[in-house]
Amino acid sequence: MDQLLLILLNGLVYGLLLFMLSSGLTLIVGMMGVLNFAHASFYMLGAYVAFTITAVLNFWVALIVAPIVIGLLGAVVEQYGLRTVHRHGHLAELLFTFGLAMIIGEVVQLIWGRWPVAYHVPPELDFPLFSIGGTAYPAYRIFMMGVSLFMFIALYAALARTRLGLVVRAALTHPDMTAMLGHNVPRVFTTVFGGGCALAGLAGVIAGNAYQTDPGMALALGAIVFAVVVMGGLGSISGALLASLIIGMVQTISIALDMTFYTALARLGIHVDPTGWLSDVWAISISRAAPVVPFLLLVLILAIHPQGLAGSRST
Amino acid sequence: MTSTIRRGLAALAFAVAVASAPPLRAEEVVRVALIDPMSGAFAVAGRLGEQHFRFAIEQANAGPLAGTGKRLELVVLDNEVSPEKSLTVLRKAIDEGVRYITQGNGSSVAFALSDAVAKNNKREPDRSVLYMNYAAVDPSLTNDKCNWWHFRFDADSDMKMHALTDYLVSQKDVHKVYVFNMDYSFGVAVERGALAMLKDRRPDLEVVGAERIPMGKVKDFTPYLAKMQEAGADAVVTGNWGPDLTLLVKAAADTKFKGRFFTYYLGARDTVAEIGMSGKGAAIVAVFYDNIPVPEIRAMTQDFEKRYDNVFSAWTAVTEMMVLGESIKRAGTADPLAVGKVMAGLTWNSPLGDITMRADNHQMLQPLFIAALDTGTPHVFPDVPMGFREIARIEPKDTAMPTTCKFPNAP
Repeated sequence: MDQLLLILLNGLVYGLLLFMLSSGLTLIVGMMGVLNFAHASFYMLGAYVAFTITAVLNFWVALIVAPIVIGLLGAVVEQYGLRTVHRHGHLAELLFTFGLAMIIGEVVQLIWGRWPVAYHVPPELDFPLFSIGGTAYPAYRIFMMGVSLFMFIALYAALARTRLGLVVRAALTHPDMTAMLGHNVPRVFTTVFGGGCALAGLAGVIAGNAYQTDPGMALALGAIVFAVVVMGGLGSISGALLASLIIGMVQTISIALDMTFYTALARLGIHVDPTGWLSDVWAISISRAAPVVPFLLLVLILAIHPQGLAGSRST
Repeated sequence: MTSTIRRGLAALAFAVAVASAPPLRAEEVVRVALIDPMSGAFAVAGRLGEQHFRFAIEQANAGPLAGTGKRLELVVLDNEVSPEKSLTVLRKAIDEGVRYITQGNGSSVAFALSDAVAKNNKREPDRSVLYMNYAAVDPSLTNDKCNWWHFRFDADSDMKMHALTDYLVSQKDVHKVYVFNMDYSFGVAVERGALAMLKDRRPDLEVVGAERIPMGKVKDFTPYLAKMQEAGADAVVTGNWGPDLTLLVKAAADTKFKGRFFTYYLGARDTVAEIGMSGKGAAIVAVFYDNIPVPEIRAMTQDFEKRYDNVFSAWTAVTEMMVLGESIKRAGTADPLAVGKVMAGLTWNSPLGDITMRADNHQMLQPLFIAALDTGTPHVFPDVPMGFREIARIEPKDTAMPTTCKFPNAP
């Protein structure tokens, strides 16, 4: 029972973190039709900027200021970079974001060096909040969860209840019509891009110290964020939330499962030949395959429902 | 117009000729290519190796090679710990005339390189390459898959596990052991060694879990820690390195995991920083730790720390370059075959005593240490007021293991 609770908590924290990263990206992808390869780089920048601000002032200032800095940077990139290459088509935009990711990766190493930086959890939150079955649960993880949930509610409310949200949603599905009605769609694009980057930056601020802030952190999460976006359905916030939570949970649960695929299938009533040509696969324990599980899920969902969990379009 | 262009071209051709002409040097430069991850998840480990080799090559040039008219020079090649990329950069290095390569991160890479070097040296004896391995410790490299052109300077995984399990078994407060490793040849070797050597050692000692994770893919280790806790583990034996160790010990510190770590690679600065004070008592088995009571080594590590703002840990880089320098000096040539023949069986008087490169499998025999993190040591890590305290020193002859190596390609 304790174990189950721990698994759920860990899965929730990881899932919500994935959501924070992917919510911005799903809006950008959905609206502009551009796979933004640099998205995870903004996440990394968020962590590094927060590290610097924490060193000079403190973590709480970083929590507010770093996402704003990253958001502004994102808006500048959209206005002066992406918009310029937009007229050359999607391929140019794709290559632009790809190049941007590399540039950010190098710039980070130039400024902060090639070693992990000492970005630590603030002392106010560095204590075990409660203990489940002998495992202390860090207060900071609950804080991470709180920030992510707050952000989801704020984002959802902003999109569902405000006028700007209405325009964003309109521009998401019918950009030409929205422009006809007199709305400045390019500005909406800039706002969404900047906002998406700010969210990625915020994810960096709260995850950089929970895990590790190093020049490889963007690369490590880049692929999985794309899996979330595609799985959830392009442009769908609730789809992204669902996909993030599923991936977070499934991955954490698979870690806890010591049985092999053979025994797992046998429990489900499916008997496979343990000596056949796939014998090596059946003998792998599920926990060992855990980090691959999100991608397996992605393939499965795309095969069954190409629009993703909550998406309405498949392109 | 044409004549201007022609004149321009002539000037350009001249410039190219000048630039590519061999510089007039009295010294012969012997290039050593370091093939290790300089980007990607394991870049930290590769860069650390680079710092140590820069340092080690200076030592060798000022030491055994002084006055020989030869000088070592480092070439750094990025392989992202991928066996395929390693082969590509190896090819490039050979084409550019490099005859000495060194690598340490990842036994999977080591197998690929060893194999490629053996094939290359068979096909093109004139362009033979000597491969010095400073940290890839899969026992197979000096046993069933041994290759005459491969020389290992770190103790192999079984030698280390032997020492580590002896120590673990002597710890009466350890009852339940969890074996945790990375899922590739080395991790498999560590797991196999640990399970074999912990079996039936003490009636109250049991292995409660053995797990392997994919290399560099896991960010959040808390679920694994929860599993260890659930299994009641009070000791974790791990060969993890790089971020896979750092994030593991960080998750352990965050979740207040009570068990002790018995590791191969805890000595890196950022790893010790993350384990923090909760890491007191965590042990390493290694050919080096930061408080070896030898003044010469003390001075050297202080010098390294001052210059590179990092903690000296890869002692094998120094032994490797010193032994290479010594072999070149004794051979009187930088030809890999002649140097390899000297290196096999060479005994070098290191600051830690005599160390010998076994001739029968090219495995370095050197002192092996068990050390544990403790407060009040002479050297402490920059971020945490702890350093390693020696628990045991195992003499070179006692670390030797039987080998099945037959050298199918001995020249």
